[in-house]
Amino acid sequence: MIEVVSTPPLNTVQDLGRFGSRHYGVSTSGVMDPVAFVVGNVLLGNSDNAAGIEIQIFPFVVRFLADTSFAVTGADAQATLDDQELPSWWATTAKRGQTLTLRPPASGARAYLTLSGGIDVPVILGSRSTHLRSEFGGLQGRFLHKGDVLGTLAIKGKPASSPAGGLGVIPPLFAMPQHAPSANGKTMWVRVLRSGEYDLFSSEMQERFWTTEWKITPNSDRGGYRLLGPALKLPAPVEMRSYGLVAGIVQVPPSGHPIIQLSDANTSGGYPKIGTVIEADLWRLAQARLGSFLRFEEVSYEAAVAAMAPVDEYVAQIRRTAELYRHP
Amino acid sequence: MASAMTDAIRPRPVATAERPALSAPKVSSIGTRALLLEAPGAFDLSQQKRIWSVADEVLTWPTVEEAVAGVTNLLVVFRTSPRDLAATQAALLDAWRRLPEKAVSGRVIEIPVIYGGELGSDLAAVCDYSGLPPEEVIAIHSAGNYTVCAIGSSPGFGYLHGLDPRIFMPRKTVPSLRMLKGTVTIGGMQAGISVSTGPNGWNAIGWAETPMFDLAKDPPCLLAPGDRIKFVVERIEL
Repeated sequence: MIEVVSTPPLNTVQDLGRFGSRHYGVSTSGVMDPVAFVVGNVLLGNSDNAAGIEIQIFPFVVRFLADTSFAVTGADAQATLDDQELPSWWATTAKRGQTLTLRPPASGARAYLTLSGGIDVPVILGSRSTHLRSEFGGLQGRFLHKGDVLGTLAIKGKPASSPAGGLGVIPPLFAMPQHAPSANGKTMWVRVLRSGEYDLFSSEMQERFWTTEWKITPNSDRGGYRLLGPALKLPAPVEMRSYGLVAGIVQVPPSGHPIIQLSDANTSGGYPKIGTVIEADLWRLAQARLGSFLRFEEVSYEAAVAAMAPVDEYVAQIRRTAELYRHP
Repeated sequence: MASAMTDAIRPRPVATAERPALSAPKVSSIGTRALLLEAPGAFDLSQQKRIWSVADEVLTWPTVEEAVAGVTNLLVVFRTSPRDLAATQAALLDAWRRLPEKAVSGRVIEIPVIYGGELGSDLAAVCDYSGLPPEEVIAIHSAGNYTVCAIGSSPGFGYLHGLDPRIFMPRKTVPSLRMLKGTVTIGGMQAGISVSTGPNGWNAIGWAETPMFDLAKDPPCLLAPGDRIKFVVERIEL
């Protein structure tokens, strides 16, 4: 059990997402960076989907009200447990009364705090994720406040032993370095598959889409990243009949400034879609900061499918190792 | 009141055109785990009923996680990326060609509306655009037979088909920043009832108290595809 000592707005309880309710108009919500989140759970022996906290505004401070194993993954938030510095991507056990502090990360955007057993909030339409706009899920459908107390679910079976001092992993950015070079050291490349209206854009506009360094505007959030660059214009503005969206889809509204729809996006929309960021790069995108730059690299369907293998293998390897440590 | 002459000289709001209708059904990728099936031709309810049939069928495929019917289109989300993309696309097209319209026995749902006033703040603009007096816009809107085409966008929101072309009204270029939940709206050739308070680009002509989404109920949505909606005039505020 933990108590929130201090937090800025917009930090929420999330799991992998609310799948199967899009036909009710209910967006998936869920963590932006599933790799960091799942590793946090795997290190604790939780199920992959056990609810945790997504921290995207810092500092974030909690106090443990009982001895609790926890993990901090994602952006390196220079975590401390009382006075002790914790390495990034680390799991350990806190004693009752200890305080965990996460600070603004030097790089990356979102950190995850997972707790042994997972956070105990009601399951709504199959998920514990917070749906902020509709005010349900997570803790009372809202972001966390100072003074909130969050319990954890009982652990099934014998509690896992954890190595003294804790257990850490190599962050995925080191394990899976960027596949394309960054010209100025701050441009993130993500791979994109063409989508339905790609061919409506002139070759000049298509070229512009692939070669522009797109700036992620401050008007970006879990709903979507709004990008700034030279406008992508169609010969005539086009409105589609409303169609269902998935995370990663890149739409081009009449302004010509693309939007990448993400976890909290509406379930459907009518803007033309030029491409989709592939699933294997969504975790990377989740760690892109406001004001930073993105480049899109075109991939084939086969390459996009194959791109999931290293991500799956990275998690699988951690799963095997963590299992060995916890049940030697 | 708008006259024919002022109509002729008033610049009309700039409407974005709907993409030209497809001549054949189209299946396109959205990432590696989703395919979008789009029906050909102009919008019509029989195409929508075929979309519902395909949705029912694909939900029986063990590979499918979700089927989300849009307006004459269907998003199919797979559990894992299809290994044989061409075969999966072909199976979707086959289902589209093979399946008959879904026989829907939609319920009739009456929704009382307070037309005009503060919560129907775009009624004047609709009158202006259509050249009709408010009483007539309201009479036309409340006489319509609407069918719920699809649920989407926000929890419980129904895209309603059946709006009389005389009161079509393009979406606003500058959305209202804080439109109240329950606002009765017109967006292009579609009608709707907003389900959450917030920014909205559709035109507000009234307000309805009827809750559209309630988690205490199963299903949580009041409306389902195929239901028919009747708007009933509760009050007019001009």
